[in-house]
Amino acid sequence: MAITDDVLVIGGGIAACTAALSAAETGARVRLLAHKKSTLRQASGLVDVLGYAGDEGPFSDPYAGLDALPEDHPYHIVGEDGIRDGLRLFDEAVGDAYQGGHTDTNALVMTHGGAVKPTARYPESVAPGLASSSGDMLLVGFENLTDFDAPVAADHLTAAGVPFSVRGVTLEFPKSFRSDAKVTRFAKALDRDESVDGGTARSVLADAIDAELDGETRVGFPAMLGDDHDDEVRDELADRLGVPVFEVPTGPPSLLGLKLEDMLFDALDEAGVRISAGNPAVDFEAEDGRIETVIVDQKSRRTPYEADQIVLATGGLVGKGIDSDREHITEPVFGCHIPHPEDRYEWSEPEAFGSHAFARFGVVPDDELRPTDEDGAVQFENLRAAGGVVGGADIAREKSASGVSLSTGAVAGRLAGEEATQ
Amino acid sequence: MSDAESPTNPNLNPGAQTDDFEAVEVFPESTDMDLRPGADNCYKCTACDVSCPVAEVDDEFPGPKFQGPEQWRLKRKDDEPVDDSIMSCSNCMRCDDACPSGVPLSQMHNTARGEYVEKEMDKLSREYIRNRILANYGTLAQLGSMFPRLTNAMMGNSLVQMVNEKVLGITSERDFPAFATQTFREWWNERGGPKVRSEEKRVAYFHGCYSNYNTPEVGKAMVRVFESFGYEVVVPKQRCSGTPMFANGMLEDAKRAAGINVENFSGLLNEGYDVIASCTSCSMSLRQEYPELFDIDGIKDVSEHTYEALEYLRIHENLEDELREVSVDDQSFAYHAPCHARNQGLDRQSVELFRELDGVEIEDVGDSCSGISGTYGWKEEKYDKSMQIAADMFDHMEHAQGDVGMTECPTCSMQMEHGTGYDIKHPLQLLEEALV
Ligand SMILES: Cc1cc2nc3c(=O)[nH]c(=O)nc-3n(C[C@H](O)[C@H](O)[C@H](O)COP(=O)(O)OP(=O)(O)OC[C@H]3O[C@@H](n4cnc5c(N)ncnc54)[C@H](O)[C@@H]3O)c2cc1C
Ligand code: SF4
Ligand code: SF4
Repeated sequence: MAITDDVLVIGGGIAACTAALSAAETGARVRLLAHKKSTLRQASGLVDVLGYAGDEGPFSDPYAGLDALPEDHPYHIVGEDGIRDGLRLFDEAVGDAYQGGHTDTNALVMTHGGAVKPTARYPESVAPGLASSSGDMLLVGFENLTDFDAPVAADHLTAAGVPFSVRGVTLEFPKSFRSDAKVTRFAKALDRDESVDGGTARSVLADAIDAELDGETRVGFPAMLGDDHDDEVRDELADRLGVPVFEVPTGPPSLLGLKLEDMLFDALDEAGVRISAGNPAVDFEAEDGRIETVIVDQKSRRTPYEADQIVLATGGLVGKGIDSDREHITEPVFGCHIPHPEDRYEWSEPEAFGSHAFARFGVVPDDELRPTDEDGAVQFENLRAAGGVVGGADIAREKSASGVSLSTGAVAGRLAGEEATQ
Repeated sequence: MSDAESPTNPNLNPGAQTDDFEAVEVFPESTDMDLRPGADNCYKCTACDVSCPVAEVDDEFPGPKFQGPEQWRLKRKDDEPVDDSIMSCSNCMRCDDACPSGVPLSQMHNTARGEYVEKEMDKLSREYIRNRILANYGTLAQLGSMFPRLTNAMMGNSLVQMVNEKVLGITSERDFPAFATQTFREWWNERGGPKVRSEEKRVAYFHGCYSNYNTPEVGKAMVRVFESFGYEVVVPKQRCSGTPMFANGMLEDAKRAAGINVENFSGLLNEGYDVIASCTSCSMSLRQEYPELFDIDGIKDVSEHTYEALEYLRIHENLEDELREVSVDDQSFAYHAPCHARNQGLDRQSVELFRELDGVEIEDVGDSCSGISGTYGWKEEKYDKSMQIAADMFDHMEHAQGDVGMTECPTCSMQMEHGTGYDIKHPLQLLEEALV
């Protein structure tokens, strides 16, 4: 006996979660099989769909940029409908915690470096800080949180020509932690409103900022304003300051990414998706071009998982869905074909932000998102791919990472579910 | 298992040299293994640090990244002594699970702790003696359970508790777990061993200390459930799994216990037995820590054949269909997944299974650590931190619908009861109710 389901989704990131939710909607019995925590924990928590294509952009309407994408881009397989379906699943999963669903237009969100980027969905706590809304800004950084340098970010924003004034200050957090304290430690102190010299964490912090405020009508912090009780923390600070407060998405480890991960897993729970996390899929058994069993390495022992349909959502080079050595690029679980130039020197460009070939490495999907071999033939009849493991998108340049994951996840999951429940 | 799993690599024996590199012995006294490749895998993403429950509440604790790869690099250069903060790591192994790069964090911590205790700790210190007592709970329990009523009365005595705290540094905030009037093994012998004989379906039960001395009802449930599926159950002689010993750096004690366990169980594997544990820290220990830390004949075989009980049934039986056809009296649970279950990928299985069972409501109370981590929460100086870590879990339990707790780990269950006053069940007990 193996552990048996209709659809087995391999991966634990945004693509896998979306595929599982989408498959569950068809009535299929779905399992998500994830190895490690996903790259969501490091990601900004923003959901980009499309900001740039080729030399065009930034787009205010992401759908307007689809035609400018190369022919083999996954968006051409899933189409505008697929993208919308992915966003719908996302919106349903996160509810009010995210904004942006009211419009097709990209929002301009500031990043922790002070750049502005077009994004489709953003956490509620980020909303008051949109570069596209008005109001002078005070950015607050903390000495011990080196990730966010408020004065530098303010200078960058100003240089980017935003139509309001921005000023950055660096303060001392009311409670002193060790010099390399984690962002979660700050968040917990605010969550619990821990007592500090002169009062409690929230009130002392608000007083310090109040003394700095010079007519600004919104105040931004690195994303660290509470974890379990974040609404409460933001409300109290805003109340005390008399102006809205917002969070600026940070680099890894990212509290906003962590929270998004929690929300997606809660949504899986709600949808009845079964979850096995902690161990990698390492092997498989196939018969007549169909994958029959996926083998999971469970602490040195091999456990079989069976399913009628399988979705591969193991991520790209970062998520470990794609492996590379000096000669080859491989897909390690099913050995799916990943085309790449023979010559390693053609994998990348000299400039760091150039149009690197490696950025677009991935499996080559057919029109149902099934990986194909060198000859363009479907590799396994019941295997589909979603997210970073799919080739053809240059997510970093396009600002399309989560959009590609959501849309391919939605479509691959739905097709797998329909097939399995037929 | 982690990347540095193999302590038997012949190139890494003490003093051995190869053409490629000089084998560096880092912790020569306690282990032969070279953890360097693991340390070099760290790319400082800090995913481990944000998932460490101790670092979250203890400002003095530098976190897994320092305790593991960074400390390890330091040692390599200058032969620095192990930092004493290693004793604050509770061995919950969450950092292992979080690391995207396969750094063998808990293996590094266990090894460093072993060296610290061996080289730097005063063997006459109160801390050492206290830790040794806590780590060898099995021995203590063996004594206690000879006169269970007397021991229970004594341990509940506030004077004894005060002495424990003042003299030994064992917190008086907690009630000692009651000893059962009849141990699991006594029950097993009294019933005359296995009731089912089978050539094909055979399991050897690793009951561990707790279900033997304190909660024999869990062991009994395990036996009855497996026998109802037609399994022959045997109960070999055994020692503590070693979990509390690893956490306190008592590697010699752990190695002795591991040696006995491996010897007693590995012989059975040829006869077709698999090893089953009802405590997730025990199965973790046999599966991962033994082969990571010790080089004992047959250890790998035992590791590969060890399962957690529910996991075993899910793989080998059609447990879900069985459960779908039965029902139990209405009851509603707040389930907490032990950290060591998480690490084996078992954190969701109870919720998943019992969700299908008629009469049962079950809710996962989230992924916070229970904070007790075996012996950690018993230490006087750690008690408050242990309760701070647990605050999220208590909070989630109280907000959950269920008013009975459920978990696989005996110390998590102590903590859950301590913080909420709920009764706590083991999944096997519910399974027994449903199927037997
Ligand atoms: C630093 C950083 C910043 C980012 N910022 C943004 C941003 O601002 N906007 C945006 O839209 N996107 C951003 N992203 C990208 C986005 O969060 C996702 O990483 C991307 O959409 C890819 O998602 P995925 O689900 O395909 O893969 P991943 O998120 O990479 O997840 C892969 C999952 O598969 C699991 N896995 C791998 N191999 C196996 C196996 N053999 N068996 C079982 N499980 C396996 C992994 O453990 C992991 O859980 C960022 C990413 C990073 C790393
Ligand atoms: S084992 Fe647990 S307590 Fe120890 S460093 Fe890792 S996460 Fe922290
Ligand atoms: S999670 Fe792993 S790679 Fe990241 S800092 Fe910790 S040990 Fe290093």
